Amino acid sequence: MDLEFTDEERAFREDVRKFLQRELPRDIAGKVAAGKDLERDDILRWQAILHARGWLAATWPKEHGGPGWSAVERHIFSEECALHSAPRLPPFGLNMLGPVLIRFGNDQQKREILPRILDGSDWWCQGYSEPGAGSDLASLRTRAVRDGDHYVVNGQKTWTTLGQYANKIFCLVRTSTQGKPQEGISFLLVDLDAPGVEMRPIRLIDGGHEVNEVFFTDVRVPVANLVGEENQGWTIAKYLLTHERTNIAGIGYATKELERFHRLAREITRDGRRLSDSPLHAARAAEIEAELEALRITNLRMLANARDGAAGGVESSLLKLKGTQVRQMLQNLYRSALGSQAAPIADELSENELTVPVDAARAAPVYFNHRKLSIFGGSNEIQRNIVAKELFKE
Amino acid sequence: MDFNLSEDHQLLSDSLRRFLAENYDIETRNRTAYAAPFHAPETWSALAELGVIGAFVPEGQGGYGGTADDVAVIFEELGRGLCSEPMLGTLLGLRLLAALGQTDLAARVIDGETRVALAVSEPQVACDLSCLQATARCEGDVWRLSGRKSAVYGAPGADLVLVVARLADAGENAALGLFLIHAPESIAAPMIDGGGIADIVLDGLQAECLSTDCAELVEDALDLGRIALCAEAVGAMSHLIEITIDYLRQRKQFGRTLASFQALQHRVVDMVVEREQCRSITIAAVAAYGTPAQARTVSMAKNLIGRMGSWIAEEAIQLHGGIGMTWEYPGSHYAKRLVMIDHQLGDRNDHVLRMIRLKPGAPPAEAA
Ligand SMILES: Cc1cc2nc3c(=O)[nH]c(=O)nc-3n(C[C@H](O)[C@H](O)[C@H](O)COP(=O)(O)OP(=O)(O)OC[C@H]3O[C@@H](n4cnc5c(N)ncnc54)[C@H](O)[C@@H]3O)c2cc1C
Repeated sequence: MDLEFTDEERAFREDVRKFLQRELPRDIAGKVAAGKDLERDDILRWQAILHARGWLAATWPKEHGGPGWSAVERHIFSEECALHSAPRLPPFGLNMLGPVLIRFGNDQQKREILPRILDGSDWWCQGYSEPGAGSDLASLRTRAVRDGDHYVVNGQKTWTTLGQYANKIFCLVRTSTQGKPQEGISFLLVDLDAPGVEMRPIRLIDGGHEVNEVFFTDVRVPVANLVGEENQGWTIAKYLLTHERTNIAGIGYATKELERFHRLAREITRDGRRLSDSPLHAARAAEIEAELEALRITNLRMLANARDGAAGGVESSLLKLKGTQVRQMLQNLYRSALGSQAAPIADELSENELTVPVDAARAAPVYFNHRKLSIFGGSNEIQRNIVAKELFKE
Repeated sequence: MDFNLSEDHQLLSDSLRRFLAENYDIETRNRTAYAAPFHAPETWSALAELGVIGAFVPEGQGGYGGTADDVAVIFEELGRGLCSEPMLGTLLGLRLLAALGQTDLAARVIDGETRVALAVSEPQVACDLSCLQATARCEGDVWRLSGRKSAVYGAPGADLVLVVARLADAGENAALGLFLIHAPESIAAPMIDGGGIADIVLDGLQAECLSTDCAELVEDALDLGRIALCAEAVGAMSHLIEITIDYLRQRKQFGRTLASFQALQHRVVDMVVEREQCRSITIAAVAAYGTPAQARTVSMAKNLIGRMGSWIAEEAIQLHGGIGMTWEYPGSHYAKRLVMIDHQLGDRNDHVLRMIRLKPGAPPAEAA
């Protein structure tokens, strides 16, 4: 057994660190650390810096402009990014559409679309879920009907993350009602500027705007925007789900969140005692730390499996389940640390009116927002179903 | 043994429930809950007219109730209806006004004409009054206050604020005095879960002294406030569980209702088990109010409710899926309320510590 990274991997980590220390803009890292919403420009600015270094599309092979990293290198990179409060990159173009096009797209699609993802010309969003199709994605009903060189699209997508920043959306649409629901789905690329597309904001529990509804009324989409074959969409969607997802356990984020709690605990005094001296808080933090340490090793074990070509869907389900639980425990702990001072909506106060460190003032809304971790990307119940199916298969 | 509500309480509870159901829908609520002054005068007068405020104080002090039972019955309904009117601050302040013989002021509060709030906690003090830092200094015949009060519930727009401050120049263990100030300037904000909260910076503010030794009275008022929060949580969780069940019955995925998945049924069962525990511990706290077991039992209740209220809230969001994450869905505001109740008048940790402090090292009763 060997828990250590190789010398090359350690050197790589050192490179990544130096790069982040040098290149990550302070103002952006500050927003991330304080749980503030990022502007479109913040994210594009950071993407451009990564792109210039050739590190933007971590999962892509070299020939398409990726760095050609191994699973371990990708892990190291995303862990260091989280530890340095780099913004989470929207996964839609980079980790979803990119790999799909590389695997299923035709030459023209690869040639035209991939570079525009890298240079920030296009911002993609994901049009899978519908009001009636969440966990049961295959029941989706947005229709695409062939009419000459076009598909005519009608229907509604929802929960479209950062759609307000996007100019393009990749959709799962129904192109056939024959056979099993899974068999009549296609993967279609739609221009959000096309006539008949309308986007409306959804306000989330914390008051923020990060998801949207998208309505399609007789939207004409060139047939050239079909990815793969007609009715092959479900295979593509499944490829994306089982396609090894880096950083699904969120170890770097969790490590950062634990560190952040300890820092806050040293700054907060309650009822005559510094929080870091409170055995109750210390004990809860220590228990979560134990979970996190175990998860770190579980993640490495699964990484090693992936490297050796033995990764399965069940493993990413386990990581998603435990990873989101640990992160939600940490969000919970952080929020509780503030006691009565967590209550006011901090955005309505000026910095000098706050009684807690500025970075911590949004702990409660950020905690509420992170309840999404166990809902999206395949809810934790659906992850359990996937594992159960494997465990109990005949 | 009888756990039924008395006839009077049943009537009060029914009329309050009906009033909120008919006049206080979630849109109305959210419109006032998140924008200054976090309070709708017409709702307030209607609640006063229903006798809600008067029920907080005993007959001898100008009210028509005043037991912990009265308070719990009312707050359970306020919780069920997710009422964000500044009732907690009013309860705390009114109890003290009445107990200190300020009958005129108390009568105006009971009528709904005047609003009062209690400024007791501070940025660094949640629960332990011996840690309070704000001071009151007597200069000639004028009292002046200094320090910063925090988490003053219902302070935005309140006519009267009662301030708890340590008497200056009297050493470490100086008594706590209670002081009255009128409509002070404050650092006001909406709360995450709706309703108004403020900090008050006391920069030499002149005040009227109502008491020079109020620690016990304040502690009693706070314990009653904690009971109110526990009852409010029981009401809110009951409603949240109901709408979760409704949603699971309606929502179809995979060609069947979510309610037909046993895995999800079991989750709701666990929520109900904890809700019953919460109701029971609240009843225990109500029963202990005014007895030597008051402080410790109230802390038990506040700890259990703090933990289980937020857990039930998280489960309810999860079982709804994406819908539970939206502002538009009423359940999300109930969930926020349940979580944030653990941040008021001491949280689960503060109350565990208080339990331990009150009976250091003693084994649980059964084990002894
Ligand atoms: C903040 C946020 C961002 C999102 N971003 C996007 C996006 O960019 N693009 C996109 O396409 N989608 C997005 N989603 C949608 C997300 O993928 C769905 O919310 C998710 O798939 C769950 O679907 P649902 O909300 O319809 O819940 P439902 O499927 O209705 O589920 C409700 C509850 O029932 C449980 N459940 C469902 N079926 C079963 C079962 N068979 N057994 C046991 N339990 C079950 C679920 O786990 C959940 O707890 C986002 C969601 C959120 C909250």
